[in-house]
Amino acid sequence: MSPKQKRTLRRIALSAALFVATLLFAPKGLLRPAAFLLAYLPVGLPVLSKAVGNIRRGQVFDENLLMALASVGAFACGEYAEGVAVMLFYQVGELFESLAVAHSRRSIAALMDIRPDFANVERDGQLLQVSPEQVAVGEVILVKPGERVPLDGVVLEGASALDTTALTGESLPRSAQEGDEVLSGCINLTAVIRLRTTKCFEASTVSRILELVEHSGAKKAKTEHFITRFARWYTPAVVVCALVLALLPPILGLGTWQQWVGRALIFLVVSCPCALVISVPLSFFGGIGGASRQGILVKGGNYLEALAKADVVVFDKTGTLTHGVFQVLEVYPEGISRQELLTLTARAEHFSDHPIARSVRAEANAHDLPAPTQAEELPGLGIRAQVDARTVLVGSRPLLTQAGIPCPDRDALAGTVIYTAADGVYLGCILIGDRIKDNAPRAIAALKRAGVSQTVMLSGDSEQAAYAAARTLGLNQVRARLLPGDKVAEAERLMELRRPGGTLVFVGDGINDAPVLARADVGVAMGALGSDAAIEAADVVLMDDDPAKLTLAVVIARKTLSIARQNIVLALGVKLLVLGLTVFGLSNLWLAVFADVGVSVLAICNAGRMLAPVRLPE
Amino acid sequence: MKKTFDMTDLECAHCAAKMENAIRALDGVTGASINFFAQKLTLEAEDARFDDIVAQAQKICRKVEPDCRIVVR
Repeated sequence: MSPKQKRTLRRIALSAALFVATLLFAPKGLLRPAAFLLAYLPVGLPVLSKAVGNIRRGQVFDENLLMALASVGAFACGEYAEGVAVMLFYQVGELFESLAVAHSRRSIAALMDIRPDFANVERDGQLLQVSPEQVAVGEVILVKPGERVPLDGVVLEGASALDTTALTGESLPRSAQEGDEVLSGCINLTAVIRLRTTKCFEASTVSRILELVEHSGAKKAKTEHFITRFARWYTPAVVVCALVLALLPPILGLGTWQQWVGRALIFLVVSCPCALVISVPLSFFGGIGGASRQGILVKGGNYLEALAKADVVVFDKTGTLTHGVFQVLEVYPEGISRQELLTLTARAEHFSDHPIARSVRAEANAHDLPAPTQAEELPGLGIRAQVDARTVLVGSRPLLTQAGIPCPDRDALAGTVIYTAADGVYLGCILIGDRIKDNAPRAIAALKRAGVSQTVMLSGDSEQAAYAAARTLGLNQVRARLLPGDKVAEAERLMELRRPGGTLVFVGDGINDAPVLARADVGVAMGALGSDAAIEAADVVLMDDDPAKLTLAVVIARKTLSIARQNIVLALGVKLLVLGLTVFGLSNLWLAVFADVGVSVLAICNAGRMLAPVRLPE
Repeated sequence: MKKTFDMTDLECAHCAAKMENAIRALDGVTGASINFFAQKLTLEAEDARFDDIVAQAQKICRKVEPDCRIVVR
């Protein structure tokens, strides 16, 4: 508790004790209002003085004035106990509210507590502890086990494991060795490492993340704008209603002045929109904070809202659903062993620098084998080489068929197929492709379960390869043979698939897809840890390259929006209900205080649920 | 120039919105946003009058919430 909160607590205790004593001893005559007034003062005075002060500064409609009016009015009507109770409960509610907000605030701050405090920098042979801002690019820093990496850098010396939980939400430690790039914000776990910094503190990953999250409040969700606009007319409207309620019925002779003024006072108490004004932005801020903890950076409440309404999700294939590197996926040897086929093919491709040739060499583990005595590249077909006095053909199926070598047609496989023959005999083929990420199919299934109606893949591959991959992944639609420039047009066409109110989400690896990221309702850059361009262009940044993070982001966004909506319904519902009951004389000041501060506290606690980590449903 | 300031004793979200609007309306201010939960003010304003504008923003905050301060380092 802050000193201010402690002061409020003492005032409440004093006031409550006096209040209970007055109720117990029930003094008669003039002593009665005097005793209640005494009980009122500790809690009432600060509110009264604030109200007067605010009027002097030109701030008329604030809750202090409304509560002051209500309680003073109650006293004037002779309802002393109610007058004290209103103020007492108001203060208790305010205290709860302030405690709840402070608690949420601390929890969010703890979620984002990735700021490094210092850096151990080597200068003139000495190790100095300085603030990270004071380290220049190219300096050498030392990170000991248990310390947070203060700046982005490259490992010069040492090998260690790094805990990247705070950045990516991934609990498995990442290893870092000499020459590896290390990002600030990670915690060094096992051994001392020396780094050469590659960025200054302001440009380092940790600064960028903090800046993103702190500025996310500037881009407000529609729901938040609605609340701000609503609050602007709600209070004056209710106050006007209160005035009408106090004056009109008694003038028309429908009851006593005291009765209707009493009801008008209840209106005043309910007229504060605090519950909405605090809990809705808190839900969004909690959602953004919670998401950042799991390695999902959302640049604003508006994007969280759009993500929650995701209806069409478009994936760029390479680097997003696949690893983005060519690998040997399958080997189909014919009459020789798997290794013999790989080795022979690799040797024939010895001089080729094509990614496909490299992937075969990697798989065959044949880097140091003797080169072919002669090799000739046949453009568009493959390679003819002399390996150990055998004539080896490696390449597409037409290469073999044109040479009159019969071979089976395996071109329908998902990927690139290269066929190998030696001295006129077919020896088998090798399937090469970009391997699909292990949990991509699961992530897409989960997206569909979460209510996304269309999952689409954009790919530059042939139809065959793209369709085969889409089948494995369980996608609804594929667009194949796209050139990088076609993606924007394709994304625009796909926008027509959105159901009313739904949004289109584009997921790319952030390389070359900035125009699409900008065009989509929500542009998501995946695996963007440390990539400045992607962080700049995207609305949502997934810190690692796990496609399941996208589904998680959608689930978090949905939860945020539903909590925000619950709070709106709760706060507005209770307030309108109490207002309605009041008109018919069915409520009292106690109920009104609950509708004001009680509901605020409930809504804040509800928003606090956003801070709990969200798990993907299995 | 764009700068972020910490704020102290900012206790009501409603007031934060009021301050934000008032600061945004100041002459020479191109952008202002208050993050209630992070207790931070981000101010974007003309370089030449920046300090003056911060002082005016300080006044606005005090007017809306008497205990509230912008921390100027």
